[in-house]
Amino acid sequence: MFAVEAHNLVKKYKDVQALNSLNFKIEQGEMYGFIGPDGAGKTSLFRILTSLLIPNKGSATVMGHDVVKDYREIRKISGYMPGRFSLYPDLSVEENLQFFASVFKADIQENYHLIKDIYSHIEPFKKRRAGKLSGGMKQKLALSCALIHKPEILFLDEPTTGVDPVSRQEFWEMLGRLQKDGLTIVVSTPYMDEASRCDRIAMIYRGDILAEDTPEAICNMVDGELWSAAGAQGYNLLIFLRSCSECVNVYPFGQEVHFQFHGDHENMQEKVREQFPDVILREIRPSVEDVFLNLSADAAKEKEVLNG
Amino acid sequence: MKTILIFIQKEFLQIFRNRAMLPMIFVMPLIQLLILGSAATFELRNIKMEILDQDLSPASRELTARFQHSPFFIVSNNANDIADCEFALDKGWADCYLVLPEGFERDLVNRQGAEIQLVLNSINASAAALINAYSTAIATEYVQSLSDGSGQSIPMIESTYSYYFNPEMNYPSFMVPGILALLITMIGLFLSSMNIVREKEIGTIEQINITPVKKYQFIAGKLIPFWIIAQVELAFGLVIAWLLYRIPMEGSLLLLFSFTAIYLIVVLSMGLLVSTINRTQQQAMFVAWFFMVLFIILSGLFTPVDSMPGWAQKINIINPIKYFIEFIRMVLLKGSGFAETKHLFAIMGAFAGILLPLAMWQYRKRE
Repeated sequence: MFAVEAHNLVKKYKDVQALNSLNFKIEQGEMYGFIGPDGAGKTSLFRILTSLLIPNKGSATVMGHDVVKDYREIRKISGYMPGRFSLYPDLSVEENLQFFASVFKADIQENYHLIKDIYSHIEPFKKRRAGKLSGGMKQKLALSCALIHKPEILFLDEPTTGVDPVSRQEFWEMLGRLQKDGLTIVVSTPYMDEASRCDRIAMIYRGDILAEDTPEAICNMVDGELWSAAGAQGYNLLIFLRSCSECVNVYPFGQEVHFQFHGDHENMQEKVREQFPDVILREIRPSVEDVFLNLSADAAKEKEVLNG
Repeated sequence: MKTILIFIQKEFLQIFRNRAMLPMIFVMPLIQLLILGSAATFELRNIKMEILDQDLSPASRELTARFQHSPFFIVSNNANDIADCEFALDKGWADCYLVLPEGFERDLVNRQGAEIQLVLNSINASAAALINAYSTAIATEYVQSLSDGSGQSIPMIESTYSYYFNPEMNYPSFMVPGILALLITMIGLFLSSMNIVREKEIGTIEQINITPVKKYQFIAGKLIPFWIIAQVELAFGLVIAWLLYRIPMEGSLLLLFSFTAIYLIVVLSMGLLVSTINRTQQQAMFVAWFFMVLFIILSGLFTPVDSMPGWAQKINIINPIKYFIEFIRMVLLKGSGFAETKHLFAIMGAFAGILLPLAMWQYRKRE
């Protein structure tokens, strides 16, 4: 049995197609990441899998339970952390945890070992109102509340958005330990650099899965060499490379410009240096973000063609 | 059952932690009862009247004196002509002016019937009607005294009257029960309609919706605390009303609280409906206010329902506040028992029977 299985999942809002016939399978005990920008459909997908939203077409199961018919079972066995902090800001840390434990008819003492690692960080502040916690502490509290009923599968929708880098690091380490204990973790994030933490990732863009594989395999998906150009005149460099007939997939990447090209790289280097003497050119290994930018540019072009 | 208790406990914790909540529950009724109960009265006092006496006869002076001695009027005689009177009315120095024309006494003595003129500022129509009534009463009294003096009697019908259920026409006795009705309606409607919307706004509803909590448990956990608070509010209001105004409590308080119990189910269901339809507290606030104002105006709190036009009375058929005000006045002032009010119980029961299931059906855990 797969932990999650989706077949041709479609979700439409009034005039937006949020999900376009999605298919994927998640193994039990896996850490699976949905990577994509805002508006890609990640939250809609998570809300369907946690039984909060009913899909227009297609089907999905979580731990063998249908998300539409057996939603009651799903609610018992899954933990969900929405993207927005959604605990009671006027209740204390302790009260929030107690409340969610009681609602799930779970015993804090009995399940304390599950959250000990996380909760111990915020325990000194247990009398503090949840609304007054810092971003990282809120995250830890939310995770504790999502874990207290001993779920079999954990859905985390953008858990690290708005959290400082140190807390993000810590948070992913905690997730790693939870996974080791046998929990299946489904996580979404707009941060491409977090993708490497997952066993497998799916790149999601405008309601479609562009690619699905291990982070390493995804990085190897770029055909041909990928080059980076860095120089003082970043913008002009971008314009120039875009105007070159040999160059394809030219896009800004931080301070640099990443691109691919047809033909010999020595000719290319010469041609660029002619215009920009101080440019630093080097071949690079594609990152997840490169793959995403590549694939999403292709997808966008395809759509344009389809729409005439 | 345990789950419901957990929700109730959580709700109370949040309510009492909210700084605005306790003052709202205990200070609001105090202020409303204090102000509305004593500021608004049936009577109109301190009416500023300008009298223009063009006759300057004993008769006209006698009539002027009667106005001066009336507790309702503050009379001045500064005007020399009609223009002065008009000016005073325009400036707001006078609420009305009375003209006693030349030949007033002569006409009176000749029994031809004398004429006087009263001009009123009618911006407030009901105040103007009252001034007219008071003035007519004083003039009539004066004419009667004349006939008494002359020994020739004119046949008169004298009516004696008795104000049942509020013998002294005590304004607070009439007004305060209605205000109590208003108070618990406001508390019930606003607390319930704001609360669930608030959970939507801060996103906690998502977290609740994915728990195995059943719909009825969640709704019961939400509504029962407000149901209790509103009942406490009524008890508190009754104590204040008794302390401040000694309003009568002729009927059974048990009956009153039982009816309130049903009434609150209706009000809270309305609040729940409002909060299921709206997404933000602001929207919910406006919708709740809209119904609140509409129902209050039509409720008979300020103006009698019987004097409203037919269509308004028809709207009132679905106005729960109207029935509650009717009920609370009947029980507190008249001492009505269950036998006299059972039709109101039936109507309110029907409202509750329709609105609560409707609101529960409207509330969805999933989209």
